[in-house]
Amino acid sequence: MISADLTIILPETLLAGFALLALLWAVYSSKDKAASAMVWLTSAVFVALAGWIASTGGGTQVAFGGMFVDDGFARFAKVAILLSAAVVLAMSEGYMSARGLLRFEYPVLVALSAVGMMMMVSAGDLMALYMGLELQSLALYVVASLRRDSVKSTEAGLKYFVLGALSSGLLLYGASLVYGYAGTTLFSGIIQTAQSGHVSIGLLFGIVFLISGLAFKVSAVPFHMWTPDVYEGSPTPVTAFFATAPKVAAMALFARVLHDAFGAAISDWSQIVALLSVLSMFLGAVAAIGQSNIKRLMAFSSIAHMGYALMGLAAGTVFGVQAMLIYMAIYVTMNVGTFAFILMMEKDGQPVADISALHMYAKREPGRALAMLILLFSLSGVPPMLGFFGKFYVLRAAYDAGLAWLAVAGVVASVIGAFYYLRIVYFMYFGDDNTDGLDGGKSPVLWGVLALSAAIMVLGIGNMFGVEAAAALAAASLVN
Amino acid sequence: MDNLLSIVTFIPALAALILAVFLRGTDAAANRNAKWLAMIATSATFLVSLFILAGFDANDTGFQFVEQAQWLAGLQYKMGVDGISVLFVMLTTFMMPLVIAASWNVESRVKEYMIAFLLLETLMLGVFMALDLVLFYLFFEAGLIPMFLIIGIWGGANRIYASFKFFLYTFLGSVLMLVAMVAMFADAGTTDIEQLLVHQFAFDSFSVLGIHVMGGMQTLMFLAFFASFAVKMPMWPVHTWLPDAHVQAPTAGSVVLAAILLKMGGYGFLRFSLPMFPVGADIMAPLVLWMSAIAIVYTSLVALVQDDMKKLIAYSSVAHMGFVTMGIFAANQQGLDGAIFQMISHGFISGALFLCVGVIYDRMHTREIDAYGGLVNRMPAYALIFMLFTMANVGLPGTSGFVGEFLTLMAVFQVNTWVAAVATTGVIFSAGYALWLYRRVVMGDLIKESLRSITDMTGRERLIFAPLVVMTLLLGVYPALVLDITGPAVAALVDNYDMAQSAADAALLHASK
Repeated sequence: MISADLTIILPETLLAGFALLALLWAVYSSKDKAASAMVWLTSAVFVALAGWIASTGGGTQVAFGGMFVDDGFARFAKVAILLSAAVVLAMSEGYMSARGLLRFEYPVLVALSAVGMMMMVSAGDLMALYMGLELQSLALYVVASLRRDSVKSTEAGLKYFVLGALSSGLLLYGASLVYGYAGTTLFSGIIQTAQSGHVSIGLLFGIVFLISGLAFKVSAVPFHMWTPDVYEGSPTPVTAFFATAPKVAAMALFARVLHDAFGAAISDWSQIVALLSVLSMFLGAVAAIGQSNIKRLMAFSSIAHMGYALMGLAAGTVFGVQAMLIYMAIYVTMNVGTFAFILMMEKDGQPVADISALHMYAKREPGRALAMLILLFSLSGVPPMLGFFGKFYVLRAAYDAGLAWLAVAGVVASVIGAFYYLRIVYFMYFGDDNTDGLDGGKSPVLWGVLALSAAIMVLGIGNMFGVEAAAALAAASLVN
Repeated sequence: MDNLLSIVTFIPALAALILAVFLRGTDAAANRNAKWLAMIATSATFLVSLFILAGFDANDTGFQFVEQAQWLAGLQYKMGVDGISVLFVMLTTFMMPLVIAASWNVESRVKEYMIAFLLLETLMLGVFMALDLVLFYLFFEAGLIPMFLIIGIWGGANRIYASFKFFLYTFLGSVLMLVAMVAMFADAGTTDIEQLLVHQFAFDSFSVLGIHVMGGMQTLMFLAFFASFAVKMPMWPVHTWLPDAHVQAPTAGSVVLAAILLKMGGYGFLRFSLPMFPVGADIMAPLVLWMSAIAIVYTSLVALVQDDMKKLIAYSSVAHMGFVTMGIFAANQQGLDGAIFQMISHGFISGALFLCVGVIYDRMHTREIDAYGGLVNRMPAYALIFMLFTMANVGLPGTSGFVGEFLTLMAVFQVNTWVAAVATTGVIFSAGYALWLYRRVVMGDLIKESLRSITDMTGRERLIFAPLVVMTLLLGVYPALVLDITGPAVAALVDNYDMAQSAADAALLHASK
């Protein structure tokens, strides 16, 4: 039934085909001159694919003998990945062309990494998982060092690559252990081994290594060390990309592996994930306090946010997965807006990342400052912004699963974390007048993304634009 | 009007939105428009809220004017008032126009200032009306944002420290409450406050990490809510954010803080802690009573040695809130009536006292007590008004301050005589610091050179004080205005509380057999 299989992976095939065609065309034509158009085109393709995937029918379909799964969960994650990637691409065009960074490889690599991410969230087999993960990662290693003449950017790419390779090694080792003790790489086969009631020690070791590898991808503590450096060194639009789509993909993959392959051993992995969660929340909250570079700050912020998303996962329930998906959707929306703001931070055409440069920003740019204010309070989880509801869902999931201690730890960490978000508010609003501030970057795209994201944070508390119901369906299709 | 409460709540928010979207420019005309729009919106809110009072049936102990709509995640948008909350709603709508009028001299970022206060009013009203746990939490927490900005942007020299302390302190208190709310949701399967009030939470003792918890879940939930409300109230020893916040906040911010925001803590005790966790409350009550007594004496003594007027009044607020918690946890009719009365009356009195400080601060730009003296010579009207509110603060019979203190002391005397005895000394201390403050600021000869040309209150200032004077005296001589409304609802609460106690005792007795 090869034709049926091909229909199921049609979106991935089309996107991969698009990326290759774009590559060919760019190589044989005028190269970088058309890069701008290509960015927009790729972004449009992402949006079109997202719309297509969202509108296609429900149900679960399996391709290639179970190696590729197309279910509600995968579709939810794919839509989130494609939309956030599209928005980030649209945001990066102005910034990159102004700095001569816009090469045609950029949209092509982003498209390839998107293919990898779509593969990841649909993986039904350890091999498929690894394929998707590596395709995604390799593309990302390259874009991290896109600014070839900058030491920091090169360092970011190299660091990301070396540590990423290490984590892939861990993951592969785990996969081989799992294969050794389960006798199969198919998730549906692994779960049956565990279902017999007894999880052998070898399989348990396999789970631990798999989780370690995945934790690296979502930058959960203690596998987070690469995050601040890579975030700081990469060009800001690339950082924005790192903070959004790959995180969704990795988190979705995390959930898929834990539930599809090890759904019978929830009590075994739940405690590991809970530990990752609590460490991430606290380290993210505490370590960000001393940061003055907003990109490093956002790196720690995303570590903390991954901790909260993992809290939902640690619950090991349908509601936990739903909470995680909602949290990720909200997280991505907030981060896209925040990075739009960061992209606008510039002075005399040069990007500025020091938060003290925001001194009295509110006086010069009241609208942007207000939007950022909303996003910051949302990031710190203060009601009535949508960020609070993300936290509320994961807290509920954790509490219902008997992890009350994790919920308490989470809220305490959120108070500590509130401090550094407030510090940015303090710079924007409370300072004394000083003369040299930032220029108002004049990009309508960035301003639009920022305003939209802030508006969603406020207006979304009405009905969350239907994301809640969609996440419930997605979670139900994963956990059964 | 089926959605009267929503209308009242969201008029200020609507005005804030209009200001944010349509008002452009920072010239004098724009500032004037911002002020007038805020004034009109808050006055309109007050006028519309009178319909709530008019339509309120005090003998109905249930919730009235209830509105309900489905919301996210099994939550709901549900609003309503009962005898306990309706007066807080009225207090809020009554104070806000005065607050706006007191801010007439604000010059910097007027538009943002008014937006912050208007949003704050919406959020405060929402707290007192919300009948859904998460909706309550939403309003309760969101109020931090405008207040944080008000202190941080328009505050005094040390405003940054004060605003951060205010935010993080209260935020830490409330997130624990959030976990308890999640627990309540899991236990009762609903977040509807009306249903939670009749739901019985488990009170079987158990051990956590080897610590024996008497009253089980109820005690833990009580403590989580207590963490939030005690900080908000604020109770000794978690009151330290309040003097900082008060001193640094602009006058209007101090008034809102003292008159309304602090009442959220007391309201929370009455709405959640006492009726929902009666067993936990009963176990913790002696501790809370003693904390209140200590608060009354200790903060009164601290107030004695302050040389900053606002700080002095802030500490006196903490002391007066001690009477409130004492009344609430005496858990009888007089205690709860007295606590509500004390909160309402403290709203008028402390608001007025901060306004009094504001009047001379606007003229001299200092809050140091030593910088003043002999003001009576130049400002007779001010001296009279300041005296009235000083006396009310002391609790002189005939002013509203007396009724609340007397009722709560009477209540606690029936429960714990020693606490009553200690707390009563606080009344004497309060006379000490308040009269001494008055003596140093207003009486004596006018010897300070800088005060020679100080002017008496303007017409606008007199107008602001007039309603407060009327309310303070009116409630002082005719407290039934408040007690008639709160009485039936409080009686029902006390009945339920006592019934839950005896049920719990019976269950424990049964278990021990």
